[in-house]
Amino acid sequence: MTSRSILIKNARVISPSQGIDGKMDIYMEDGLIKSSGANLKVSAAVTIQADGLVACPGFIDLHCHLREPGFEEKETIASGAAAAIRGGYTTICCMPNTNPPLDNAATVDFVRKIAASQAPLITVLPIGCITKGRAGQELTDMSELADSGCAGFSDDGSPVSNSQLMLLAMRCAAGLEIPIIDHCEDLDLSRGGHLNDGWVAARLGIKGIPAAAEESMVARDIALAEMTGATLHLTHISTRGSVELIRAARARGVKVSADATPHHLTLTEERIIASPAEPGVPLIYDTNAKVNPPLRTESDIEALIKGINDSTITSVSTDHAPHTSEDKLCEFELAAFGISGFETAFAALMMLVHSGKIKLNTLIALLTCGPAAVLQHEYDITGTLKAGSRADVALLDISREWTLDEANMLSQGKNTPFIGQQFKGTVAATIHAGEIAYIDKSVRISE
Amino acid sequence: MERIVSLNEPKLSTAGQESLPPLSIGQWQHRNVLDLDDFSPEEITLVFEIANGMVEVLGRDVKKVPTLRGKTIAIMFYEPSTRTRASFELAAKYLGADTVSLDAARSSVVKGESLIDSLRTLQALEVDTIIIRHPCSGAPYIAVRHLQTRIINAGDGCHAHPSQGLLDLYTIKRQLGDLKGRKVVIIGDILHSRVARSNIWGMRSTGLHVVLCAPRTFIPQGMPEMLDKCGLDHVTIEHNLDHALEGADVVMPLRLQKERQQSGFISSIREYIRLYQVNAERLKKAAPHAIVMHPGPMNEGIEISHDVAYSGSSLIEQQVTNGVAIRMALLYLVAGVKNQ
Repeated sequence: MTSRSILIKNARVISPSQGIDGKMDIYMEDGLIKSSGANLKVSAAVTIQADGLVACPGFIDLHCHLREPGFEEKETIASGAAAAIRGGYTTICCMPNTNPPLDNAATVDFVRKIAASQAPLITVLPIGCITKGRAGQELTDMSELADSGCAGFSDDGSPVSNSQLMLLAMRCAAGLEIPIIDHCEDLDLSRGGHLNDGWVAARLGIKGIPAAAEESMVARDIALAEMTGATLHLTHISTRGSVELIRAARARGVKVSADATPHHLTLTEERIIASPAEPGVPLIYDTNAKVNPPLRTESDIEALIKGINDSTITSVSTDHAPHTSEDKLCEFELAAFGISGFETAFAALMMLVHSGKIKLNTLIALLTCGPAAVLQHEYDITGTLKAGSRADVALLDISREWTLDEANMLSQGKNTPFIGQQFKGTVAATIHAGEIAYIDKSVRISE
Repeated sequence: MERIVSLNEPKLSTAGQESLPPLSIGQWQHRNVLDLDDFSPEEITLVFEIANGMVEVLGRDVKKVPTLRGKTIAIMFYEPSTRTRASFELAAKYLGADTVSLDAARSSVVKGESLIDSLRTLQALEVDTIIIRHPCSGAPYIAVRHLQTRIINAGDGCHAHPSQGLLDLYTIKRQLGDLKGRKVVIIGDILHSRVARSNIWGMRSTGLHVVLCAPRTFIPQGMPEMLDKCGLDHVTIEHNLDHALEGADVVMPLRLQKERQQSGFISSIREYIRLYQVNAERLKKAAPHAIVMHPGPMNEGIEISHDVAYSGSSLIEQQVTNGVAIRMALLYLVAGVKNQ
């Protein structure tokens, strides 16, 4: 398929890996970035007038759940992809906790085929299981999974408790030059917990999940990565202690990277009992704010932001985890963990930019070149606007104000604590491999 | 718009029966009773004044008054209970209400019906008030967000048990009178205790000093911060029972669930008895007039010795009687006023 040529005119172009931030044009043809610069003298089939908009590489998500196969009532690859595209994403890595799980080449092939046919305007990179059935007992055929197109390995949500097995997994992953993406949770410490083990848990009489449940496994994983030389990516880091462990490990040269999610960067445990959308309600037990790892404290957010600003944390993942309304419309202790995150990730993170906590260029790095660097095989293909890279571009309107209405969400999962939230900043268009995957009606376009 | 109870609302009296003493006018702002955290001191006083009238009714030969005649109260229990359930049911019946009792654990839940659907069914059956007990903290809070029918929380998970909190405070107040500077010691599994939590809220702004006394494994990690964040500066935490009991006016051991030993919260029942049992010897450290209370059901010989449970200082049976009066008062306030 040959895509039409596209010219983006007069955008503020930001590409952190290239050190670019300035008003210029981007020209793309045959699905690739051809050139960028001020006042390009080219004619294209499609011209987008991008005055007032920011153009940057398309976003990359290292951690999402597309639920297919097995949980199509929560999300399908098609509906998840549509939500991701609306959120500015051009590459998404889907976690293997499907049914059956992505622990064999046939299931990975299935996901890739469905993605190619149902979601052609986004790149879907499956993450393969570390252990068969995500049961933590036997390693998968990691080499075969790599050959079938897995971009990383993870038993997300059911982390490998057996440290010896994890050591062997890291040795295999190191040989394949594919990252291990780990959800760090000591299951003995977290068992029966539903929210952060802090004052809100004490207030509500619900068992908490302590920060130590995450930190003890972060420490273990770092020790194993240091020993094996594996590339380790620690996903949805949520605590101050984790940030400090990762910072120290990176300083001594361990190949460890980390991401945080938009919700862990903007919300605390207190969101479970009180919502700005429902002022005056004393205790709301909001199951939409139930997520694993749990929302933590102001002190943790402060540490995560410091970690972003000193490059301890180099990417943001959505951990997009769609659920049905039945999964959430129930008792807090029975509700599923997870937040539907694709459609609010950028806007939520813009709150941090508007409040001066992180710079816009840093935010864009977290969504583009940061995650690209983790996906070693994708680096230079996407996450950049370099000539020759895939024409994956997001156009951003950083000053548009809007309010999240669940009726407008494309994901089947409406489970987000941001419903009713007023945002400033949105995605105006998403271009994937030179094809316009989404464009807001306000964007001026000539063909 | 919430209702305001005044003397013009339905009277507790009726023709042919002796009138109850008139109530002092207080403001009642609650559509539901979920916990005591949002009760003002005036509201607690109002409940107690009404409960005084109910105690008088309970002392009559014929206990039935027609205050809630024509009202229907559903009693929906998602976990086993004998005492609280009987107490609420009798309270409703003494006030003349019709009751329907649902053992939810054996009915719709087994068929996979969600909590909200079950409650919506009761609402559609035109029930006036639902009394709910549920093993999950917050279940009644989820319910009120999706229901117009009034809800009384009869215990949710480890979170709250407001009628117990009120009856405990009522019992203490009737016995001790002035509460200023008095010391209450609540002993045992604070981590899993909805009774302790509701007592903490109810005893706020009463002048009572509350000491939570428990092994470190039974105090939630976030408890000190919670006390601080919620302004509960009348509460302190103490791990040594002998220290906690010094000069205590009220001693309240909590039930020790024996399965806590399997989860490692306590090393052995024997060790727990050695360190935390309320017995006659220990009680000597408390004030001479100290009263002993227990939310029930008791494990005699574990958290409380037999002699203490049945001693002159024990108010455990009064708690049960007062519980009916308090629940009558709550039902009167919640169900006894015209729907709007």
